[in-house]
Order: sequence, then C-alpha cells, then structure tokens
Amino acid sequence: MRIELPDPSLVVLIGASGSGKSTFARRHFLPTETVSSDVCRGLVADDENDQAASEDAFAVLRYIAERRLAQPRLTVVDATNVQRESRKPLLELARRHDLFAVAVVLDPPASVCHERNALRPDRDFGRHVVGRQRAQLERSMKRLRKEGFHRVFTLRTPEEVDACEIVRTPLWTDRRTETGPFDVVGDVHGCFDELVLLLRELGYAVDPGARTAVPPEGRRAIFVGDLVDRGPASPAVLALAMSMTEAGHALCVPGNHDEKLARKLGGRNVRIAHGLAETLEQLAGESAAFRERAREFLAGLVSHVVLDGGELVVAHAGMKQAYQGRSSSRVRDFALYGETTGGTDELGLPIRLDWAADYRGSATVVYGHTPVADPVWVNRTINIDTGCVFGGRLTALRWPERELVSVPAARTWAEPARPLGETYAPSGHGTDGEAASAGAAATGTTQDGAAPSPASASAGAFATAAVPRSAFALDMADVAGRRIVETRLARNVTVREEQAAAALEVMGRFAIDPRWLIHLPPTMAPPATSRRPDLLEHPDQAFDEYRAAGVAEVVCEEKHMGSRAIVVVCRDADVARERFGITDGSTGTIHTRTGRAFLEDAAATEEALARVRAAVGAAGLWDELDTGWLLLDAEILPWSAKAGDLIRRQYAAVGSAGRAGLGATIATLERVAARGIDVGDLLAAERTRLDHVERYVAAYSRYVGDVAGVEDLRLAPFHLLAAESGVFVDRPHDWHLERCDRLAAADPDWIAPTGRRIVDVADDESRGVAIAWWEELTASGGEGMVVKPRGFLSPTAKGFAQVGIKCRGREYLRIVYGPEYADPGQIDRLRSRGLGRKRSLASREFALGVEALERFVRREPLHRVHECVFAVLALESDPVDPRL
Amino acid sequence: MLLTLTTTHRPATDLGFLLHKHPDRHQRFSVPFGEVHVAYPEATEERCTAALVLDVDPVGLVRRGQGGFALAEYVNDRPYVASSFLAVALVTVFKSAMAGTCRGHEELAATAIPLVAELPAVPARGGERLVRRLFEPLGYAVEVTPVPLDDAHPEWGAAPHVGLRLTATTRLSQLLTHLYVLLPVLDGEKHYWVDDTEIEKLLRRGEGWLGDHPERDLIVRRSLKHQARLVHPALATLAEDDPDPEAGATGDEAIPTQARRTALREHRLEAVQGALKASGARRVLDLGCGPGALLRRLLKDDYDLVVGADVSHRTLEIAHRRLRLDELHEAQRARIALWQTALTYRDRRLQGFDAAALVEVIEHLDADRLGALTANVFGVARPGTVVVTTPNAEYNVRWESLPAGAMRHPDHRFEWTRAEFATWTTAVCAEHGYAVVHHPVGEVDDEVGAPTQMAVFTRAGRSGAAGVGGATGATR
Repeated sequence: MRIELPDPSLVVLIGASGSGKSTFARRHFLPTETVSSDVCRGLVADDENDQAASEDAFAVLRYIAERRLAQPRLTVVDATNVQRESRKPLLELARRHDLFAVAVVLDPPASVCHERNALRPDRDFGRHVVGRQRAQLERSMKRLRKEGFHRVFTLRTPEEVDACEIVRTPLWTDRRTETGPFDVVGDVHGCFDELVLLLRELGYAVDPGARTAVPPEGRRAIFVGDLVDRGPASPAVLALAMSMTEAGHALCVPGNHDEKLARKLGGRNVRIAHGLAETLEQLAGESAAFRERAREFLAGLVSHVVLDGGELVVAHAGMKQAYQGRSSSRVRDFALYGETTGGTDELGLPIRLDWAADYRGSATVVYGHTPVADPVWVNRTINIDTGCVFGGRLTALRWPERELVSVPAARTWAEPARPLGETYAPSGHGTDGEAASAGAAATGTTQDGAAPSPASASAGAFATAAVPRSAFALDMADVAGRRIVETRLARNVTVREEQAAAALEVMGRFAIDPRWLIHLPPTMAPPATSRRPDLLEHPDQAFDEYRAAGVAEVVCEEKHMGSRAIVVVCRDADVARERFGITDGSTGTIHTRTGRAFLEDAAATEEALARVRAAVGAAGLWDELDTGWLLLDAEILPWSAKAGDLIRRQYAAVGSAGRAGLGATIATLERVAARGIDVGDLLAAERTRLDHVERYVAAYSRYVGDVAGVEDLRLAPFHLLAAESGVFVDRPHDWHLERCDRLAAADPDWIAPTGRRIVDVADDESRGVAIAWWEELTASGGEGMVVKPRGFLSPTAKGFAQVGIKCRGREYLRIVYGPEYADPGQIDRLRSRGLGRKRSLASREFALGVEALERFVRREPLHRVHECVFAVLALESDPVDPRL
Repeated sequence: MLLTLTTTHRPATDLGFLLHKHPDRHQRFSVPFGEVHVAYPEATEERCTAALVLDVDPVGLVRRGQGGFALAEYVNDRPYVASSFLAVALVTVFKSAMAGTCRGHEELAATAIPLVAELPAVPARGGERLVRRLFEPLGYAVEVTPVPLDDAHPEWGAAPHVGLRLTATTRLSQLLTHLYVLLPVLDGEKHYWVDDTEIEKLLRRGEGWLGDHPERDLIVRRSLKHQARLVHPALATLAEDDPDPEAGATGDEAIPTQARRTALREHRLEAVQGALKASGARRVLDLGCGPGALLRRLLKDDYDLVVGADVSHRTLEIAHRRLRLDELHEAQRARIALWQTALTYRDRRLQGFDAAALVEVIEHLDADRLGALTANVFGVARPGTVVVTTPNAEYNVRWESLPAGAMRHPDHRFEWTRAEFATWTTAVCAEHGYAVVHHPVGEVDDEVGAPTQMAVFTRAGRSGAAGVGGATGATR
C-alpha cells in the first residue's frame, strides 16, 4: 500500500498493544518525529508501563506534539489511540494548528499481538487487554473520517505492514521551491482589456483573440484572485487565466468572487449580487463546456501559495503568519475575506482585525481584495488592488524586484461603495464598508485617471500614498523582554529583559516619534590608560591599539566640546511624508544620543533644519547622493545649549562649594600659621586643592556659551551616515569629512568644519605631528580628539576594529573624574580602568545603529528599524563606568 | 570642609578643655573617608576659635560596586560641603565634648557659654527658610550668607549651599549635637547606609529638644531617609539630567500649597474611583498607575480584576511593595496585576477591559506623541469606559506658589485649558466612537474653573454615560 502523507501533518497511529506501531514508526519516521506514549510515561514516571502515570504522560505527549505542529513539523503519535476520547485531543491539536491529521491503523490478527506481547516481559498484562483494545478499534473504524481525519490508511496483516510505502507530499500551499521571478497581478474583476495592456507592459506576448499570453523568459504571472464580477469581460479574463495556468505560465489563488461563482456554477444557491449577475450573463454566451471548465478551475484553486523559499506569500485578502502554508477552513476563510473577530459593530458591520498592522512575519505578503488608491507597504505586506473595475488602475508587483507596474482603467466599470482615495483609518473598528478590509488605507488625491500615458510605472513602494498610521504601530511585543537582534556587523546582539525594561521607560517618556528615530549613535571607549605621570589618556595608546588591530592609517578628528546630535533632514515635507510617514509638515529631526528632541521647540528645530537643508542643497548632496533625505552624525555647540542645567546644577555647584570651602579653610589656616603653629603641609595641600578647583571651574566654563536662539548654535557634522542611496560606513572618513567640509563652506557662520590629521600609525614622525596637535588642542582646555580607522569600518579576525577611540585632554577630564583627579596622590589610583566592557558595548551599539539604518534604507517595516534603535538604548542602560 | 567654633567665655582658651584639644597644637585624626585636623586660628583670654578641617579623599569616595555609575558619584560637592561626613567627623573627634563630659571641668561643660559656629558651605535643601526653621527654634541667632554659583555668571544666581553662622549662649555639647543632627538634615542625604540603629541614634541625640521641635517630622523623615538616589543606577544613567522623580515627594518648599495639593490629589482619586464604580466595570485598568495610590482604592471596591500599568519598572516595584502584594492571600492576589507598558506602544494585554483610568498621565507625554497613546488606548485597548484627568491650566493662577506661566510639575509637557481639553476629547470621540462627559474636580472657581478636569468617555453602544459624577456635577 502507498501511504501519502501531507508534510507537515499530524500522523496518528492507531492499534492495539502489540500491533507493531513502534516498529512501524521506527521504520518510516525519524526518532524525533515520533512521540510515543510509552516514552512519555518513562519521562514522567521512570517506567514506560506505569499506567498510573498515563494522564501526565499524555499531557507531555500532547505538549510535544503541539510545539512540533507550531513549528510546523510532521509529527507521529505512537499510542494505542483506539478510543475516541484519546483521539479527540489530537484532532483538536491538528485543527488548532491548521494542519491535517492522518490516521494509520495497524490491525493485525489478535494472535500476532499476543505473540509480540509475550516476547516483552514488561508487558505482563492479560490477553483480555488486547481483546478489549481491538474491540474498541473495531467500533472506531467506521467513524474515523467523520471524526476529522483527513485520510485513513488501514494495514491488516504483517505482510501489508511490511509492504507499505510512505510518500510525503508537500501541502498544496507549499510552493517554496518555485522561485519565480513573478508578476503578481491585482484584482482584475473582468477588466480584460486592461489586463492585456498590463501584461504587455510587463513584457508578455498576449493574443487577446485566443485569450492566451506567454510571459517573457523565466517569468510567471500570479493572479491574486477576483478575476470575475463587475467588469465587462469576466469570461475572457477567466479563459486567459486558465490557459496561462494550464500552460504553466501562471498561478492563481481564489478571490471571494471567484469562490462564489464556483459555487453558483456548481449548482449551489448563492445571492446574486456584487456583480455576479453580469458575470453570469456574460457566461451565458460561452459554451457549457467552458462553464464546466471554469467551475472546475475555480473550485480547484488552493487558498494561498507560499513561494520562493518561503519569502513570498500570495493570498487574495492577505495571510497572517500563523496561517501561512497551512490548510484549514479558517485559513481559507482568511485568504478569501481577511480577518474579522466574528462579531459585528454598532452599525452591524463585521469587526475587522488589522492583520497587516500586526504582521511581523519575514515573508512578504502580496494581496488584494480591498481597493486602495495606491499600494502601500505595511510591515512587509502590500495590497495591490488599485480598483481597476472602479476606474482606478490595474496593478502588478514584480517579484523579486518589488516594482509596481500599473495601467489605468479604460473607464469606470462599476461604482465603488465608497470613493477610491477616501481616507479610512484601519483601526479595526466600526466604519469600514463591505469593500473595505482592514490593513490598508488610501489617503488624499491621486493621479487616478489623470495620467495620459497608457502605463505608469512607479518603482518605490511609498511612491505617492500617505502611509496609514497602522504601518507604524509599534507593539510592546516588538521591544519588551529578552530579545536577540540579528545584525550584519555583529551577528546576534542580545538585549536582556531588564535592559529592555529600562529602555522602555526612556523610550516611552522622552523619545521622539519613532518614525524619525532611525538611528542612535554608539558609545565610544577611550584608549588604554596612559602611563605618563600626569595623564590618563594619550593618543599613543590609541595609535598602538589600531596598529595591533592591523589598521595602518587612522584619522584624528578634533572634538568640538559640543553635544552629540543626530540630524535627519528631508528635502521637503513631501519626502518626510513619503519616506518617513510624517504628516505634520515637519521636515526632519535633531535628536540626542538617547533619542530625545535636541531642541525643545519644534519651530527652532525647523529653523535649524532649514539651515542644514540649504547647506545640503548648496553642497549639491541631494543630487550627488540621489536622495531626498540624509542623516548626519554631528556635534552641536556649545555644550551648555543642551547641558546648561547640568553645568549649573552639577558642575558650577561643585566649583562654588570648593571655592567657598577651601577658601575659608586656607584663610583660617593662615591665621593658625600666624600664631606660630606649624600647619605648613596642610596649608600647602589645601592651596593645591583650591588650584585644582579653579582649573576645574575654568574647564567647565569653556563649554558655556550664551544661546538665545538657533543662530547662536553651531553644527559640526563629522559623519554623513546614510541617505536613500545607502549607509556609508564603507566609505573612508575622507569621504565623510570632505562632504562635511562642503556643508561648512556653504554656511560658514553656522556649520563648523572638523579639524583632522591623517596618521600612519607605524610612522613616528606622522604620529608626532598628530600628538603635537592633540597637545595643542588640549593644553588650551580642549576636549581632545577621536582616533578612527581611516577606512571607517575596519575588519579584523573577530569582527571589526573599534570605530573610534576618544583621547581626552587633561583639563577636560576634570569634569569627568572630579576637580582634583590629576593630583599625583589621586591619578595613580584611577589608572586601573576596565575597558573591555565599554569596548564590547561600543561595537555592539555601532552594529545595531548601522543595522537600523540599513533596514530603513531597505524600506523594512518600522518595527524592524525600531527594534535596533531600542536595543541601542537598552544596552546603554548597562552599568558601565561613565567616566570612560 | 571647615567648621570653626568660637567662644568669648572667659577664659576663652577653656574651649581647649571642653574640646579636649590643645589650643597650641595642630592635631590630626584619621577617619575612614579622609583626615580631620584641629587647630586654633585664635586663642586668647578673650576669644578663642577652634577650627576643624575635614579633608575628604575624593577618590576614596568612589566605592565601586556600591553606588552605581552616575556621574554625580565622581564629580560632587561632598569634599567641600558640610554633610554627614562632617557629622561623623564631629562625633569622632569631639566625642567627649558632644557627650558633655569634661574631666576636671564638669561645671564648665554644664554651663551655657557664648558660642559661635561658622560653616562656609552648608548644603541647604529647602533654602534659607529651612535653615532658619531648623536652628531658630533652638535659640540660635542665624546668619545665612548666599554663595554665588559662579562669579563669572551672576545670572546663574546662588548656589544650593550657603554660608552659615550660628550664635547662641548654650552648652557646647548642645551646639555640637544640634550640628550633628541637623547638618545632614539640611543636606538631605547621608553617606552611609541608614539602618534601624539610626532611629535609636536619633532618639538619643535628640533627647530633650527634638520632641518639641516644630520641624520634628521633617527632621525625622530626612534623618532616616534611605539613599534613594543610589537605588536604581541603570535608570539614573539613562535619565540624563532629569530631576529625581522622588524628590518631589519630599518637597518641603511651601507647606500650605502642599496641603492643598494633597487634598486635591485625594479628591481627584475619589472622583476617578467614583466614575469607575459608576461604569459598572468588572475589570479595570489604571494606566500610568505610579506607586499605586488609585490601585489601593480600587482594591477596596468590588472588581474581578484590577491591573496597574506603568512605564517605569522602578515605580511598579514601589507599587508592589506599598500594596504589599507579596502578603496577599491567593484569592486577593489574583485580583491584581502590575504590568510594565508604554502607552505609545500597542499592548494586547490591555484589551478586554471594561474600564480604564488615566489619572494625570497625558500631560506627561509630548503633544506629538499623544496620538499614539490615543490610538492605543481608544483604538486598540478599547475599554468600555475611559476616565482621563489632567490639570486645568486656567486654574494655575490660583496656586500662589506657582510662578506665572509655569507648569505644576517639571515633567509636564503641556497643561490644557478647559477648551483645549474639550477639543481633544471631542476629536477622540469622533475618531474612536466614544461619547464624553466632562467633570470639574476640586473646588470650582467661578472664573477659572476647577483645578483638575476629568473626562469620562463611554464607548458608543454602551449605556452608562449618564449618572456618572454625582456630586461633582456633570457639564457637557
């Protein structure tokens, strides 16, 4: 016997004790595919025959089976299963996971069972047990199909058991081996002429008379369903789809209209509405054979298809992740109608669930069903029903190119229930009409019908439509708890639960709109501690480290004594809307390294962005980078603009206390000394301390500037990190700085260039020049410099070298280590600094920040970008010595 | 850190006996956090001054693994101001003097003599007013000298510390004891872990004066304060430059206003509690529950489930402790849950509740993030009833202590007038299918309304919008 098993599915072995189930399972299935009740008894009770442990054993069995089906994996249950009550929970499992259950019954003569049991000393139960089990099986046999088994195979003799052949067949929906390329065509609804135009636009050779089409080499069409109804030529569309499908030139999934037509043609009683009448009228002009062929074709369509290694899913009304590649009536329902709660709202309309907003799957889902003015990507889903029959367009998505190609409707063939382009929020409740499914929305005016050209191709998913809010809805599940984020640069980065909890508070209370927050900069480590008597940090160590890491050339960039800022600037509000989904008219963002707005006032932010925008334009960067937006990594000066409160509250207060306390102490000790009492040591020490405090006050004072408005700020960009054309961590710093110089040249009053020195780390003279420069910078109290591999990202055996090492000046470090840190009595105690953690953190954060940008540039869903940005913030909550 | 003690009692050099420190010598003492020196800048028959110099070792202050990693651990005023370090130095170096024992001069020790104590930098949380309220009732003439924050920036104003001069005719042991107890109170912090023995110490040192001190409660509260700022180092690292969220709770600035605010808070909770009750809900959410003031009330009402949600994990820990969740019986425990959530993120756990309260929450969110909260609460969670309270900005003119144009809390991102609130609630109703009734909460002022405004939203298709509010008087 040939036993065909859908893979994956739940295979339930049924048979009395001694019927050969375990032997059968061992022969045909992997040990891990089989879940045996005996083994589970052993697991919970250390005895495979302990019947008293059965209840717990079956709980374990069902749990394992359930988790395997969730994967999903073919799973074989090896237990007697002769009673209906024992099969019921198994069938329920399969149903819950939308997979088929298959019964394989082993029913050899009782004598065979007795013989086998006799060979097993542990099976000392009486013969009556087998008899009872066989009787129960006997009673079950007739109703197995009715209980819900998809197929039932019965093997009645040991010979039959030996001779049987097991064949695994993929589920009908599983077309993963078919890799395309494909052209997915939206809802045609009988618009034959437009379909012909679209297919020609896609390069198909169409013969309208013969109702056939041949794709360009290698390509295939996929129809998302709703071939029929409302339009003028449903039979012709059907004929074309059928001929293409039969010739292997196309795939087709059913739409709700197709399904209804199939039922009607099959003689079922359906309500003639929503354009079915026209279709039936048109079909009357076709032959009966054609109608039968169409019925057969439509009735045979599989709910949805999973293609291209699992990357692409096509279903008429969409397909949530949990149902992809599975089979059940509710999966089919979902494919045909989308997801509803089953309830109706106050107006009696079905309450729809916004499955696309919730979608977190890795496969791209292409669907139709609900007409929209423009296709919009929502979490790797796209609705390409652009309402051709309602006078919109017929659209195709080219896969894997992800390009949209569409042709306008020749005319309005049917009146839509609601005008195309009317805004509706897919909040999942209330007002959507029958035609409107959740998950997609169309907003504003479009070029429907306005385009005179026969075809308008728009590459780029966010082409004209405003993106619905649901596309940007972030879920607690996207960020909470322990997470592992995959990055290109550092592979997996783990975020611990408590780190996420800390970041949630900051993100929830202080961060800017996540749509703007596409990057957070990494922390940066200092070099190994210098051994020079009065210094903690010196460029020598940074040069040595890079040399050891195999980096030949580094760039030293001056630190500006400002605050770190990320600037995202768009060419105009349209770019902000189309690319970032921001509709309030703002044109960018300036935020801190923890994701807060840099300037409290939105108008000030726009003023600053306007200056950046003008400079970007003057520098010719929009064209050069072929972009409508770019992201700058920068400092904003003076530091007091952002940290004014910190300077006053923390730094000035300490300086003031030091001056007051030490000043009074010195005066008092001078009086003691005047009395002839020797307090010389103490007095000298207190004077030194006061001197330290004065230097400390001078150190923070350099960071203070009066800021009345944006014009008093200075922007010092040093990385041009990303634009539409890419993430530029593969460009050398020369490239970045040259472009930043152009920005500074364009607005010299407001944008500052960054001083730099290129150093050959193996050349003492070259090093000496940079060190002299550093000494000059820091002697006057400057913050110091950052040393970076000249090529930016510099691969090493273990990953990549630190992207920057900061060498801070002696005076600057007073505001980090305390006023008196440089005192000989103190500095030596500060030299042991654990840098490993800080460096590892810097690398992980950098990898995450770059990953966020790369995902954004690839137009991945917001939750995928946000995951990385959130992780940076979460890692920042780690307790690392903040003085580093 | 410097403390000088001066007497004009004759012979003034007797001060040396009282302090057990010879006026003509420079003496050094070691303490765990540095060195203490005692020397006399003046020692005559008429006038004698003892100076105590405390040299705190700044690097030694940084104790790894104990505190955390906030910047304040490294750059701080501890070496320079009169704090608990000085208090410990006092009790170490002047132990006998503080106890009032002086062998051979028992009578002198028991005598009130003219004394002046001077300190150049005393941290004064609560300002000059509090300094006076602490020392004047004890009979001191108090001179407070403000210290500029930075001479180069007079516009920055005064530093948080002041110069202090106390004059009184009193026993030296009394003066030292007062300084020992009250300097850390002014500072509001202690450098050591405050445990149960601290209570006993306070009672002993306060014998005879603390019981009758008008600021007794404040002194006790601050003396026994735990080191809250070290509690959650991770958060402190992230919180950048936010004011300590717990600082407000101990605010002693303006007592009368404080009392009014407390009364208003209670009144507000009562109003929200009433509105939730009137909705007939069985399962309720307190969104932004904070440390659990409303939860405590809701637990007394008859609900099947009360869930407190807050964005701050630390706050939830406090709520957990205050509500004594670990001590509840299983049946009680099953009625309450605390969840961390951010209302700018969708949270499926919040679906399926009958009612939700947002008490003084929305104003803590930037206006441009409010849309996300609205979508998540009214669009996704969709409880049948939503109660929202927020300050009425118009009423702010009635808070005397509030500077004109200022908001009631440093973290408030906006405060709305009644009209602005109504605009928002109307928009929410239109978008999400709710009906709303507004209620004033607190004493209603004819001109500016009530201090708090409350909106009770009811999801369309549910009854129960009417009849809510009772005594507060509904207005549409």
